[in-house]
Amino acid sequence: MTKKTLSHLDWLEAEAIHILREVAGQCSNPVLLFSGGKDSLCIVRLAEKAFRPGRFPFPLMHIDTGHNYQEVIEFRDRRAAEINERLIVRSLEDSMARGTVVLKHPDEPRNKHQSVTLLEAIEEFGFDCCIGGARRDEEKARAKERIMSFRDEFGQWDPKNQRPELWNLYNARAHKGENIRAFPISNWTEMDVWQYIEREQLELPSIYYAHDRDVILRNGDIIPANVPLASGEVINQPKAGEAIVTKQVRFRTVGDITCTAPVYSDADTTAKIVIETATTTITERGATRLDDQTSDASMELRKKEGYF
Amino acid sequence: MSTIQENHMLENDSLLRFMTCGSVDDGKSTLIGRLLFDSKTILADTMTNIANTSKKRGMEAVDLSLLTDGLQAEREQGITIDVAYRYFSTGTRKYIIADAPGHEQYTRNMVTAASTANLAIILIDARKGVLTQTRRHSYLAHLVGIPHIVVAVNKMDLADYSQVTYDKICADYMQFAEEIGLASARDIRFIPMSALNGDMLVDRLDNMPWYQGETMIEILEKAPAAHTEQSEQFRFPVQFVCRPHASADAELHDFRGFMGRVESGDIAVGDAVTVLPNGYQSKVKAIQLGDAQLQSAQTEQSVTLLLEDEIDTSRGDMIVKSNEAPEAVKQIEAYVCWLGETPLSTARTYIVRHTTRDSKAKIGHIHFKVDVNTLEEQQTSDLKMNDIARVSFKLAQPLMVDRYKTNRATGAFIVIDESTNGTVGAGMIV
Repeated sequence: MTKKTLSHLDWLEAEAIHILREVAGQCSNPVLLFSGGKDSLCIVRLAEKAFRPGRFPFPLMHIDTGHNYQEVIEFRDRRAAEINERLIVRSLEDSMARGTVVLKHPDEPRNKHQSVTLLEAIEEFGFDCCIGGARRDEEKARAKERIMSFRDEFGQWDPKNQRPELWNLYNARAHKGENIRAFPISNWTEMDVWQYIEREQLELPSIYYAHDRDVILRNGDIIPANVPLASGEVINQPKAGEAIVTKQVRFRTVGDITCTAPVYSDADTTAKIVIETATTTITERGATRLDDQTSDASMELRKKEGYF
Repeated sequence: MSTIQENHMLENDSLLRFMTCGSVDDGKSTLIGRLLFDSKTILADTMTNIANTSKKRGMEAVDLSLLTDGLQAEREQGITIDVAYRYFSTGTRKYIIADAPGHEQYTRNMVTAASTANLAIILIDARKGVLTQTRRHSYLAHLVGIPHIVVAVNKMDLADYSQVTYDKICADYMQFAEEIGLASARDIRFIPMSALNGDMLVDRLDNMPWYQGETMIEILEKAPAAHTEQSEQFRFPVQFVCRPHASADAELHDFRGFMGRVESGDIAVGDAVTVLPNGYQSKVKAIQLGDAQLQSAQTEQSVTLLLEDEIDTSRGDMIVKSNEAPEAVKQIEAYVCWLGETPLSTARTYIVRHTTRDSKAKIGHIHFKVDVNTLEEQQTSDLKMNDIARVSFKLAQPLMVDRYKTNRATGAFIVIDESTNGTVGAGMIV
């Protein structure tokens, strides 16, 4: 008879709670990056389990590119209010107004510029640690990422100068100006996330579930068409000669509109998504990120520049 | 091709962390690539990517080892220079693979990977047999206390699938394992295989009818997931204290929750506990996990403990059962793997981080260092990166320690350089 151990979800949950409490114990001014997306919603649930009945020992913060789906932004605000925690929003468009972010052209994907706004916010509030929902299974360059990842004063990640991480003894020490990025769900896969959402019955923004949407089919990508922004602007309008068609789709990741594509799906419940995830043949980023495909190493390059 | 997940991955009920030891030439990356591929963890777009890369490099077949080839710097050098973590699931188990390079200069990466693993696959090339590096990997797996060792004799396809060759390698290995005390302390299994062909990984295939033992995936599925099958003493380092006294809810004004992870053993409501280092005694009033009230908590669970008495406790304290308290010591002796690029200096002060507690530390004495190839003990006055040595430390603050052999969580520590904040050493208390 072998010893009974925790189920895999219980184990992952226990590890993530431990990491969140280490951040709280070791860092003086951490922040939880919260977009309203599925990974950050899992982390909010984990933080509730880690710190209730107390308040979270950190505020939530979202770096808004201005190109987010309104459903997600509304959901973000509602969830932050429900858990009664402070939400800070810093906007990429403010950085553009300050001149610290300069787009090459108005349609340039804004994702990579988030780093600038993030670093400005880190400086503004003096955060010494940012908690994020990145996972090692997302991309090759992340497979070697530490759970507590060290960034220099410029927010740069140097893959050759990371601290060895042994047992569960994390080292989040940093000098003033330096920064730690903490990833409590590093060891989770997309499947684990969905199984956890199902088990915990977490509510998600509606666009994660199958719905009918007007899209443009462009070079094999599914582009959501005519998306209204909070500013009133409508983006992703069809180019000359392009047709708009209605398809049943859902989003596997929810990020900047210009670089996150939906997938065809009829999974309209979490249970169906779990099954779909178990049988899918395309990776999460491969299917849905329009900005990672330029080269095998593009994520690594962006991380070095301070991307999350 | 058969699949190892006939019934989807929906009913997982345990998690196993394992590591693979071997060098590029042993087929380690091919082994991992095949486990990921056969468990359908590798999806079509990733396959297309590596197929393209294989073609670019002039290879005829798809090179599964490219799956585990991570960072650009490494791809340029064609070697793996850091620990990478990979995931797959079989339907009954989720696996976390720590993939560490096997060269001597990467001893620190092997120790890092081993620190969280409960099983190690040690790869041997069937044409080469037990080599110096096999001994090194085995010694390190033993030192870091991995309970289950699987010796995989790989590339059997290049050794005519010969049982004689396999038996000889097994006998050689056992002789060495007995010499270093590995044979009696650990669960050792042998398996002949070809990672390239897939023999004995997920499918048995029919090249080695003489081998009746388990396939690799059967071994992995059946290996105990717990770090030890022995019963362990309860250790609960306090990570964080929850005191929501300013809360609007008056009932919470006296709430005092001690938050942490059960590092070993278990605890139940009503158990008599002692809080170290002060030695206050109390009883467990409640155990909470989120909204759930638990009657007990087991190893590796993160919970909040409420005690019967109001006790002043903070991060760095340790809650234990009253009849099994560890010693609080200000001097420790440990096997240390040096991780830092700057050699250890006996003149400097370091920080020792043990559970949730830090102490300043000075080096008392370096007793000897171990040549990881010959396992000889050598006199030395300094420690460089990748060295392993037996070292005494003098501590400014008392630490509540156990021997690493009896408790991995309270027997381990890391050494931090005060000036750079880097993690420069890993210690296992003897």
